[in-house]
Amino acid sequence: MGRSRRRSQISPILWVPAGLALALLVLPLVALVVRAPWGQLVELLSRQSVAQALGLSLGTAALSTVLCLLLGVPLAVVLAKSVNWPPAARRLLRALVTVPLVLPPVVGGVALLLLLGRRGLLGQWFDFTIPFTTVAVVIAQVFVAMPFLVLAVEGALRGSDSRFEIAAATLGASRWTVFRRVTLPLVAPGVSAGALLCFTRALGEFGATITFAGSFPGVTQTLPIATYLELQRDPDAAIALSLVLMIVSVGVLVSLRDRWVPGLSS
Amino acid sequence: MPLLRALTAPAALLAVGLLLAGCAPATPAASPAATDDAIEGTVTVFAAASLNESFAVIKEAFEDANPGVTVVYNFGGSSGLAEQIVQGAPADVFAAASPATMTTVADAELADAPTEFATNTLEIAVPVGNPGNVTGLADFANDDLAIALCAVEVPCGAAADKALTAAGITAAPDTLEQDVKAVLTKVELGEADAGLVYVTDVAAAGDAVEGVEFAEAADAVTAYPIATLTEAPNPDAAAAFVAWVLSGAGQAVLAEAGFGSI
Repeated sequence: MGRSRRRSQISPILWVPAGLALALLVLPLVALVVRAPWGQLVELLSRQSVAQALGLSLGTAALSTVLCLLLGVPLAVVLAKSVNWPPAARRLLRALVTVPLVLPPVVGGVALLLLLGRRGLLGQWFDFTIPFTTVAVVIAQVFVAMPFLVLAVEGALRGSDSRFEIAAATLGASRWTVFRRVTLPLVAPGVSAGALLCFTRALGEFGATITFAGSFPGVTQTLPIATYLELQRDPDAAIALSLVLMIVSVGVLVSLRDRWVPGLSS
Repeated sequence: MPLLRALTAPAALLAVGLLLAGCAPATPAASPAATDDAIEGTVTVFAAASLNESFAVIKEAFEDANPGVTVVYNFGGSSGLAEQIVQGAPADVFAAASPATMTTVADAELADAPTEFATNTLEIAVPVGNPGNVTGLADFANDDLAIALCAVEVPCGAAADKALTAAGITAAPDTLEQDVKAVLTKVELGEADAGLVYVTDVAAAGDAVEGVEFAEAADAVTAYPIATLTEAPNPDAAAAFVAWVLSGAGQAVLAEAGFGSI
């Protein structure tokens, strides 16, 4: 009963833009599904090159997500606890973390080349090369996906009740114990949601990857890059590949969201 | 040097254009659409990325000869452009980097009598100073060098494949890029020790890269077709533009940029 009452509170005026928004998000994907070459689908998808690109995409996106968690959660903590900093410094840090979100990924790729390439600011001192390797794919994905995780976790941290942490501290827990046993469990839903966003963003990453890592089958040619190249030759095959990427992404979002983030689903 | 070229080339062509415009009424081309009625409006040209520099020069001269006309370009990979046209992009003219991509548009009955207007030849691009000591196509088999090629799905990759096959060389590429300018970028930044691009790309890059010519390039000469589109919003201007590209003045611009003539 409470549920139906809540639903009736949606103003009819909101339904029109909400419907339009949903149509804009969903209809292009419907077109993709309708236009898919269903007859050849099995043949197209059983190609070894497709399995290779999909495997590379899933593997690098998973690794990128782990790295984002290891590096991004601490960064989110620093951001969330920076309330005592001078406002200008806080705003600057926040802006710096958000930049990769608004930067065209291709620009991000060029920036990574200029830093880590063979003649890059840092890269010129390395005795190994990063571009054209799978490592470069992971670095590019971490670069573009990390902000999603940091902002999600930071939001969760700000919304969490700091009295639990204070209580734990007064009871003698060390700062590390407080973080591990109190803070992290409190923001677990935010961390999971951020990790999920991070993974799907890494899975779809194209521009920074092709610019920084290049494109070579089995090494750096992820599924989005394979899709783009296939579009040049055989649009039907490209649509089939897009479908794979879409199904994998939707599958991950639907299945993991319920399992990992009970607090956020429905 | 590139600056000098950028400054002198348009000036020279402007002179040619003005001269021709002075001699013949309207445009230098023998285009029926352009002789009597003055053409006007916008002409939208979808052109292969490798035409970027030379078509910029042609735009200036063509607009000077036809004061009422504005040329708008959409440069990109030919395959992608062909796909956009087939999907209904409002273009007047298509200039492709390969006959195959023009065929895509012609098969959809959207291209009107494609004509080949230039040829392009492959050249090896190396970073300034040639750190990998690349001397010929044989170096592309060297695993220790960072090699950039176009993917075979795009015209420059198909041409590279043809040249390498003709030479009996199994290349060891480190990356297969989505278009020729991406290969050039990797070489310019020094990430790749060598890349296979077009002669015109090396010329357009000026001092940023060095070119190494190789004999086998003759086996993979690419023809560039141009056509007005049947659903062109501005067919008169489209015909005039194509005629200008095929005219002596247009051919001179293309020759200056390193293109071969048909």
